[in-house]
Amino acid sequence: MCRTALPKNNRFETLEFFSTMAAFVPVAFFLVLFGQILVDGISGLSWDFLTQNPLDAGRQGGIASIVLSTAYILGICLIITIPFGLMLAIYLTLNENNTNGSLLFLRRSIMVLAGMPSIVVGLFGNAFFSISLGLGFSILSGGLTLACMVLPFFILVSEQALRSVPKHYYINAYALGLNQSSTLFKIALPLAIPGIGAALILSIGRALAETAALIFTAGYVTRTPESVLDSGRALSVHIFDLAMNVPGGNQNAFSTALVLIIFLILLSIATRFLGKSLVNRVGVV
Amino acid sequence: MTANSITLDRITDIDQQQTDRLDLRQPYIEFEGVNLVIDKESVLRDIKFKVPRNQITAIIGPSGSGKSSLLNTITRLTDMIPATHLQGKICIEGEDIVADSTDLLKLRRDIGMIFQKPTPFPFSIQKNFELPLKEIGIRGKKEIIERMEQALYDVGLLDELNGRFDKPAQSLSGGQQQRLCIARALCLKPKALIMDEPCSALDPHSTQTIEHLMLRLKERHTLLVVTHNLAQARRVSDYCGVLWKVENAGQLIEAAPTRVLFENPRHKLTRDYIYGLQG
Repeated sequence: MCRTALPKNNRFETLEFFSTMAAFVPVAFFLVLFGQILVDGISGLSWDFLTQNPLDAGRQGGIASIVLSTAYILGICLIITIPFGLMLAIYLTLNENNTNGSLLFLRRSIMVLAGMPSIVVGLFGNAFFSISLGLGFSILSGGLTLACMVLPFFILVSEQALRSVPKHYYINAYALGLNQSSTLFKIALPLAIPGIGAALILSIGRALAETAALIFTAGYVTRTPESVLDSGRALSVHIFDLAMNVPGGNQNAFSTALVLIIFLILLSIATRFLGKSLVNRVGVV
Repeated sequence: MTANSITLDRITDIDQQQTDRLDLRQPYIEFEGVNLVIDKESVLRDIKFKVPRNQITAIIGPSGSGKSSLLNTITRLTDMIPATHLQGKICIEGEDIVADSTDLLKLRRDIGMIFQKPTPFPFSIQKNFELPLKEIGIRGKKEIIERMEQALYDVGLLDELNGRFDKPAQSLSGGQQQRLCIARALCLKPKALIMDEPCSALDPHSTQTIEHLMLRLKERHTLLVVTHNLAQARRVSDYCGVLWKVENAGQLIEAAPTRVLFENPRHKLTRDYIYGLQG
C-alpha cells in the first residue's frame, strides 16, 4: 500500500500543478485582450464619440447611429426570441419524458440549430428574409436573422432553468390539487426566473457580438435608420468594417470594440445582480 | 375517551377499544385486486386492503416493496410516471378512482399527502397556503388567513410562528416544515391524510410531536401512514398492513389490527420481519 501511495500522490501533485496553470490561461487571455483594447481604444473614447454619427467611412466622428441601429436590431431580435423561446421551453419541459419521434426530432433540431455557424444563419437570413420575403438589407431582416440564431440557444438554457426546478415541488403541487397550469405559472416559472434571466442576458451577449449573420441581412449603411426597413450597421459589423476595409480606421475600431466590451461586461455583472435580487424576491433560501 | 389516551401499558383496554372501533365493513379506502406496472415491471400485484375510517393505518415492509407506490396510487400521482399502468379498483367511499373519469383535482383535495422530505414551497409561509386555497376558489384575504391560522393551530405551529407568516417557509426547522406541510394539506379540509414516512427525516423530538399530532388528527381524519419504523407503527397505528416483495412484485401479505399483527403475526415473513428487526 505504502509503495503505491507515494507515486499516486506525486501524480496528484503534478495534476494539481497543471490544472492550476491552466486556470491562468483564461485570466491571462482576458487581461491581454481587454488590456490591448483598453490601451488602444481609450484615447478615442469621448462623449462626442458616443453622440456623433460616423464620418469619412467611420475614420472620423462617432458611433451614435451605429448604437441606435444595434439597439433596433437587438430589440426586434428579443421581441421574437422571448415569447417564442419561453413557449417552446415550457413545451419541452412539459413533455420532458415524452420520447415520441416528432418531439425527439424537435429537440435534435434545436440542438443542431444552437450550434449552427453564424455565417450559415446569415446566408439563410439573406436568402429568406432579404430576398424571398423582400425585406432587403434592413434592420428588420437583420433582427429576424439574429432571432433565428439566438432562439435555439435561449430555448436550451431556459429549458434547463425550468427543468432545474426540483421535481418534488411539482409532486407536492399536484398532491395539493393544483392543476398543471397553476403549478407551472405560480411555482415553476417564478423559481426558474433567475435562470431564464441568465439565459436572456447570455442571449443578448451573443446577439451583440454577432457579425457574420448581420453583414448579409442588416447591411452596412452607417446612416441613422428612419424605420426598421432601413439598412443599419451594428456595432460588431462596424468594428469588422473599420478593421478590414477602411485604411486608417483602426483607432475607431478599437474604441468601438471598447464600447461593446464594456457593455458586455456590464451585462454579465447585471446577470449576477438580477439573479440574486430575483432569487431574494421569490424567497428561495 | 380520546385517541390521545392510548398508552402501551393498557393492553387489554386497547385491545377492547381496537376491536370496538375497527370497523372494516365500511372502509374509507378499499383496494380490490390492484396491479401497478411501471415500465413493464410489476410493482404491485393483486393488492387487497381496507383502510378503516378515522383510524391510523400503517403500512410496513422492507425497502423496495412498493409502499410509496401504493400510496401514490390513491391520489393517482402514479399518473405522472411515464409508462405506468394501474389496474383494479381503488374505492374511496365506495367510488372507484381508477376510472378515467375521476376528477383528479377533487380527489387530491379530499386526500392530503405528506412526503418523507418536508417540502414547503420556497415562498413565504402565507403563500404556501394561498397557492392551494386560491386554486379551490378561496380568494378573500380574510378567509385565507382564517383557514391558514386554523390549520396552523391544528398542527401546533400557530404559537410558534408568532404571526410571522411572511417568513420564508424554508427558514423553519425540519420538524416545523413537516408540520407546515401537514397544515398546508389540512387547510383544504381533506377527509384523509396519507403520509409517506413522514418522520424519517426528522429528529426524535420532532418525530414525537408529529406522532402526537397524528393521534389527534384521527378524530377527524382517516390516516394512512407508510413507515420504516416498526416501533412507530406499533405506537401509533390501529390497523397495520405488511407489504412484501414476492416474486418481484409488492404484495400485501398480511393485514390485521396492529396489536394482533405484532403479537401474533400469521405470515412467516411478517414474523421474521418483526422479530428479526426487534431482536
